Amino acid sequence: MKKKWLIVGALVVVVAVIIIILTGRGKSDTLKIGVIMSTSGPVSHFGSQCRDAMLMAVDEFNARGGVLGKQVELIVEDDEKNPEKTMNALIKLVTKDKVKVVLGGLTSDCTLAITKEAQQRGILLFTPTSTNDMVTDAGDLVFRACFKDSFQGTVMAQFAIETLNAKKGAVLYDMNNDYSTGLTKSFEETFTALGGTVVATESYAGGDKDFNAQITKIKAEEPDVLFLPDYYNTVSLITKQVRNQGLDVTMLGPDGWDELVGQAGEEAVGGYYCNHYSPDADDFDVEQFVAQYRERYGLTPNALAALGYDATYIVLEAIERAGTDDPQKLKAALMETSAKYVTGHITFDENRDPVKSTTILKVVKGADGKLTTEYVGVVNPD
Amino acid sequence: MDFLQQFCQQTLNGLSLGSIYALLALGYTMVYGIIKLINFAHGDILMVGAFVSYFVLKQWGITPVTLMLSFLPAMLFCLTLGVTMEKLCYKPLRNQPRINSLITAIGVSFLLENGARVLPMIGPNPRVFPTLPVVNYNWFGLVSISQVQILVFVVAIFLMLVLNYIVSFTKIGKAMRAVSFDKGASALMGINVDRVISFTFVLGSSLAAAAGILFASAYPQIEPYMGIMPGMKAFIAAVLGGIGSIPGAVLGGLILGVAETLTKGFLSSQLSDAIAFGLLILILVVKPSGLLGKPMGEKV
Repeated sequence: MKKKWLIVGALVVVVAVIIIILTGRGKSDTLKIGVIMSTSGPVSHFGSQCRDAMLMAVDEFNARGGVLGKQVELIVEDDEKNPEKTMNALIKLVTKDKVKVVLGGLTSDCTLAITKEAQQRGILLFTPTSTNDMVTDAGDLVFRACFKDSFQGTVMAQFAIETLNAKKGAVLYDMNNDYSTGLTKSFEETFTALGGTVVATESYAGGDKDFNAQITKIKAEEPDVLFLPDYYNTVSLITKQVRNQGLDVTMLGPDGWDELVGQAGEEAVGGYYCNHYSPDADDFDVEQFVAQYRERYGLTPNALAALGYDATYIVLEAIERAGTDDPQKLKAALMETSAKYVTGHITFDENRDPVKSTTILKVVKGADGKLTTEYVGVVNPD
Repeated sequence: MDFLQQFCQQTLNGLSLGSIYALLALGYTMVYGIIKLINFAHGDILMVGAFVSYFVLKQWGITPVTLMLSFLPAMLFCLTLGVTMEKLCYKPLRNQPRINSLITAIGVSFLLENGARVLPMIGPNPRVFPTLPVVNYNWFGLVSISQVQILVFVVAIFLMLVLNYIVSFTKIGKAMRAVSFDKGASALMGINVDRVISFTFVLGSSLAAAAGILFASAYPQIEPYMGIMPGMKAFIAAVLGGIGSIPGAVLGGLILGVAETLTKGFLSSQLSDAIAFGLLILILVVKPSGLLGKPMGEKV
């Protein structure tokens, strides 16, 4: 008798669990999108602004009634710019939250850590900001909203030779970072191809703080320009030491320099970098985005925020066109993207990389004594 | 720039980096000399010192005077922290097997790092340490030295002289040397061993705080994990010089700084750590107790 009751009891529990799981799965009334962002750690200024802009975009969709009749819900995970944590975040989003679309990661090394896994699991991965060329190589489900490193490296080398009349170039890069090594390669190739000489290529390991030895070596070669392909936190340390060593050189950088004006001192003045957009641009989409972002968060959005906003719009609009968030159908809808966004007009080429222009900015000292940027020009892809 | 000029410049860079390692290594070596404990939390004291100075400078603004004055609160705060750490965490374990204290030291280190991460006023994100405008001096056309490097040299040498005076010429310094030589016998001779140990932590922690401000002035970016690498390098410097030996720690720090910079400057920046540490292994193979260490029967 006792045994029989035990079996019945066990069966009831099993059935109850199955029902709970099934109802939990079947009746999701929100459209869940996963987000992996480095909202703390060394590039936190990038990650938090990018996330905030995504939340702003989603709220705009939800205010209009959501997507496909459902409210959109972003599930945000922080990876602290640590590729292992990016992977953990992806697994968590896919297995626990059952998302089919993931926006992220922020930096190229983090995104490269998860592209293969996302492709294998059939997840649509859309990175707003990872510029390394290899990011979209993993498969047909990986997209990005930004230009590639080979493009920005080429643009900065062209700018150095053609606009600044530089003859001798030097590079100081992070050998452990895919972003930095990729940019170094494209910068050096173009700089040499256009008749310049790369007189010094020095490297350091991520996390290093002392660059005096490398800078002394670079100084001995007397370059006209110094290319610093890294994120603002490291670049602010390097620019300081460059001036401390008495090296007088024009410094150039990629989009990772965005936010440098808030982090570095006067030593960064006179540097040039290329970026995804300029908040001062005379453009309706930009003006509207900057005004809304300022009103909501009280600061001027950086380029990463603009890209996060665009990425969210591109993906949600594609979901509306596809009528589903199923990655295979969404993929086809994304390839049809052709519209004007905050960071410019975006279409995707056959490698799922956007074809878009870049803005060159100069670091200057503003009237209030604080650093700010000055618009120099726009470069379009060939 | 010819070879000689570059060599002098790189050596100068290395000595500047090395003096910061040396200040930090002094704390490791003194604590080890007295209670045979490797205080892994020592590097994190550097971080705390840098943050105290950061908040003070935010309050007062950055001028050469406030920068020098900020050493005072930072050193006071850190020496209090060091003594509290010793009383709460290491003293209760003093008669336990030494591995217990070692594990506790690692625990304290994690506590300080992650505690700082959680504290709302510090948080996990890097901050910019206030610095003076860059001024550069050229010496005889041979080397250029920045005022940050001058600051590092002046403060480091001054503090080392003060430490040398305390250890060699004061009563408490004599007591420290006695305790380090034989703890049991000095207790029998009427030396208050507890007080001597606390005083050692006072000295070590205030030097670490000073090293923190110098480190933050030279590399103006501070975050909760900033103490790990310098702490590790300083520990290695202390071992290289002979752990327990005060002149050894200074020598070890300077050698490590110069070796690191010269390998970066003349051999390869990729392999700098590998070559610098390979050199250390070589020295320790030839002289296992360190450059100035006394040979002893027990292992670290």
